[in-house]
Amino acid sequence: MKIEELSALEVSFNQLIETLLIKKSENEQFTVKLSSERSQFTRFNHAKVRQTGCVADGWLELTLMADQRSSVRQFPFIGNWDVDWQLAYTALQELRDELILLPIDPYLVLPSGNNTSREIHSGNLLADELVVPTVLKLVAELDFTGIYAGGIVIKAYGDSNGQKHWFATDSFTLDYSLFSTSGQAVKGTFAGSNWDISAYIAKISEAKQQLELLSRPAKELPRGQYKTYFAPAAVADLLLMLSWGAVSEADIQQGNSALAALSRQEKKLSPRFSLKENFQRGLVPRFNELGEIAALELPIIEKGHLVNSLVNSRTAKEYQKIANGANGSETLRAPEVTTGNLGFEQILPSLDTGLYVSNLHYLNWSDRHTGRITGMTRYACFWVENGEILAPIENLRFDESLYRFWGDKLVDLTNFQEFIPEVGTYESRQLGGSLVPGMLVEDFTYTL
Amino acid sequence: MWSELKKAIASFDIPADWIGIRAVKETSTTRSVRDGLPQVNGKSFTVGAMLEVLVNGCLGYAATNSLELSYLQHAAETAYKQALAASEWWIHPFGESERPKVVGEYKSPYLEPLDALSPGEINDLLVRICQTLKVDDKIVQTIASASTIERESWFTSSNGSEVYQKILSIGTHYGATAQDGAVVQQRSNNGSQANCYQGGLELLKQENLWHRVRQIGEQAVELLTAEECPTTRTNLVLAPDQMMLQIHESVGHPLEIDRILGDERNYAGGSFVNKSDFGNLVYGSPLMNITFDPTVPGEFASYGFDDTGAVATKEYLVKEGVLQRGLGSLESQARAGVPGVACARASSWNRPAIDRMANLNLEPLNGSFEDIIAGIEHGVYMESNRSWSIDDRRYKFQFGCEYAKLIENGKLTKTLRNPNYRATTPEFWHSLIQVGDATNWQMYGTPYCGKGEPNQAIWVGHGSPVCVFANVEVFGGGS
Repeated sequence: MKIEELSALEVSFNQLIETLLIKKSENEQFTVKLSSERSQFTRFNHAKVRQTGCVADGWLELTLMADQRSSVRQFPFIGNWDVDWQLAYTALQELRDELILLPIDPYLVLPSGNNTSREIHSGNLLADELVVPTVLKLVAELDFTGIYAGGIVIKAYGDSNGQKHWFATDSFTLDYSLFSTSGQAVKGTFAGSNWDISAYIAKISEAKQQLELLSRPAKELPRGQYKTYFAPAAVADLLLMLSWGAVSEADIQQGNSALAALSRQEKKLSPRFSLKENFQRGLVPRFNELGEIAALELPIIEKGHLVNSLVNSRTAKEYQKIANGANGSETLRAPEVTTGNLGFEQILPSLDTGLYVSNLHYLNWSDRHTGRITGMTRYACFWVENGEILAPIENLRFDESLYRFWGDKLVDLTNFQEFIPEVGTYESRQLGGSLVPGMLVEDFTYTL
Repeated sequence: MWSELKKAIASFDIPADWIGIRAVKETSTTRSVRDGLPQVNGKSFTVGAMLEVLVNGCLGYAATNSLELSYLQHAAETAYKQALAASEWWIHPFGESERPKVVGEYKSPYLEPLDALSPGEINDLLVRICQTLKVDDKIVQTIASASTIERESWFTSSNGSEVYQKILSIGTHYGATAQDGAVVQQRSNNGSQANCYQGGLELLKQENLWHRVRQIGEQAVELLTAEECPTTRTNLVLAPDQMMLQIHESVGHPLEIDRILGDERNYAGGSFVNKSDFGNLVYGSPLMNITFDPTVPGEFASYGFDDTGAVATKEYLVKEGVLQRGLGSLESQARAGVPGVACARASSWNRPAIDRMANLNLEPLNGSFEDIIAGIEHGVYMESNRSWSIDDRRYKFQFGCEYAKLIENGKLTKTLRNPNYRATTPEFWHSLIQVGDATNWQMYGTPYCGKGEPNQAIWVGHGSPVCVFANVEVFGGGS
């Protein structure tokens, strides 16, 4: 997006907030949330282009609150004041008509803070027409598949209390797989705000080396329990499950949390396992749907103990807790798992005999209340004997409880972390990612 | 709308072989209540256009959230540049045959318009559902929600296509959580968000609504003291609300031709099915008949035309156990050289169309529910999905349900909690030993089928009777 387009969006957004402040009645409060992007999406298969295009999208979410009631309208936002205001004003009128019909919400939270912020992270991305040749020339002889997604993403907020936030970032992700002729694959992600061709070359060279290991015949393993090393990308997959019915205080209170037993101190995790929210990297906005700003760091699990759940203001009001700036769905936004003592060179010797799991796939709770998760190994997973990688494995299904693999079966975590970028593009390009180490686990249960 | 879109195409100053515009306007509402108190009341409106441009066999796209002429013109130029930039690297040379001229219209059937009830009346209904679900003090949470969608789309092109489609749909969900100490059980109406249909507000009050609501609350409490599902191999009887998931994951996804061609390998995965399997592979037992059918009135993913203009018709994917054709759009059919269906769909104006499953149904055969159960000496009957996971080739799966009953000597006996089962796809479908009749055929749907890069969540429908599978591995929860 050109700088003048970005400016037009910010001007229109600010004008809209100012005008809503004038139009609102005395008993009314409002919040406005903006999500906007200009993205290029180029999809690859067999080192060719499958689909390529650009998406210019943006929407506003206006929440009106009055007389202990609230309702929401979402509508397009294009950065043209006349069009944007017309849609916003129509939404405002509709909301006024609707509110009087709705039941009272005793846990409604009104915007109350005085936070403001403005962050613009500029990037140096590939020009649109250069994406295809730049990405593909290096992998033309390989079975390369994946997606490049790049461009500007804007998240903004304003409310009737005068809070205002503007967060714009220029970034890209290249999420790819390299396949061997036998159907095994190496997965990689290359992400950032500046396209660095030498870093891309290094990434692909590294992947090519792994691909050679995958050319060996795959080993089929019987179901059973195996000592397993999970590389950081696999740990990030397991970690994401905590955002789905685990660390949310509302879920704990309402019987939906896998960490309820940890919360009640009926079960415990390993003292080696610590998790926190860490916004220091600045890759995601710190403000939430009420304009509240999360602390730069929030410990969640410390040495195996749940020290904080994610509590938004609504949950806090309902259950008499203290809010900690969590978003509406109380999900992890900038998670970091603390490192352990396992050095890179020690991984294979410490594993000795077992599985080296690079990535996981399609995780789900198989029994949420006992913390049991099922899923599949996928991409560059190996059988290791006497500290040596012998062969790739046929994919295995696992079914195991987090109270075991982050509990008494956790041997150690690596003394280094990797940043695993969020590459999701449902609704819009997601931001951020997880900072995680690898981990070594005893007796991990594989079932099929 | 037509005149504006045609005027736009006529105004584009680009040397393209073909240009198409798919404009979409969608209004959706969501209302949800927890424990009788409002959680969400909202309406979402989106409008925009997807422009596709064909240049030297290469398609480029650009999507914009404004239908003003200048925005459409800018999008067309962007799409053209995208196609040009990719032309040396394009995966297959496409032509107008993948974007045929088509003219037509499709509208969802409905009885009552989506605004037949006020937001207050809908909230009142949801509050009453929550109150009725709370049959016992051990119910610690009740939820109820209703969502509606009105979606209009206009597809027009430089070769004369004009397709208008108007889809009205409604989804309802309610459920209860029961807790006794550390034991927590959840029960819902056919699993999460499974009651999704095309139609109007008449669908908000299904037949026997209040009986069903009370039953869900009672079953949540019943599960607290139920035995764990045993770990064994036995006859597995699946209700239609679990067959929905079974068909979706282990038949629908593996038959998507874009997966077989490798498009999805970096995200959703590939398939154990190969191009050469069409017409040959014995997918399951001879009782297995699966159709792709966007023509079923009221089923969630019905339509008249796909998003590239292909005319939607009912087709057998699997007939008497043998694989016939795949879920492949005109583009996938051209690339793979195998028969497909009209299945190119996009989640909205801001995503390109890809192969999707629409309605995928298991055709009924014979056997009432009572007769089926009466014929089983030992087995487990499961209802309502609660957990799903399958590998990237759609081969090894594990699914869990909310509610189960033991079958002993032809009768449903003890209630079982935490029922799960696992198998491989071919083994499982070959073990299909009985398919129920039309009296127990039911259809469900979900708005959350995820696929594609960039990601797209889309709506699908699935119908099935009760089915029996022999010698399946079943098991219970953790400890």
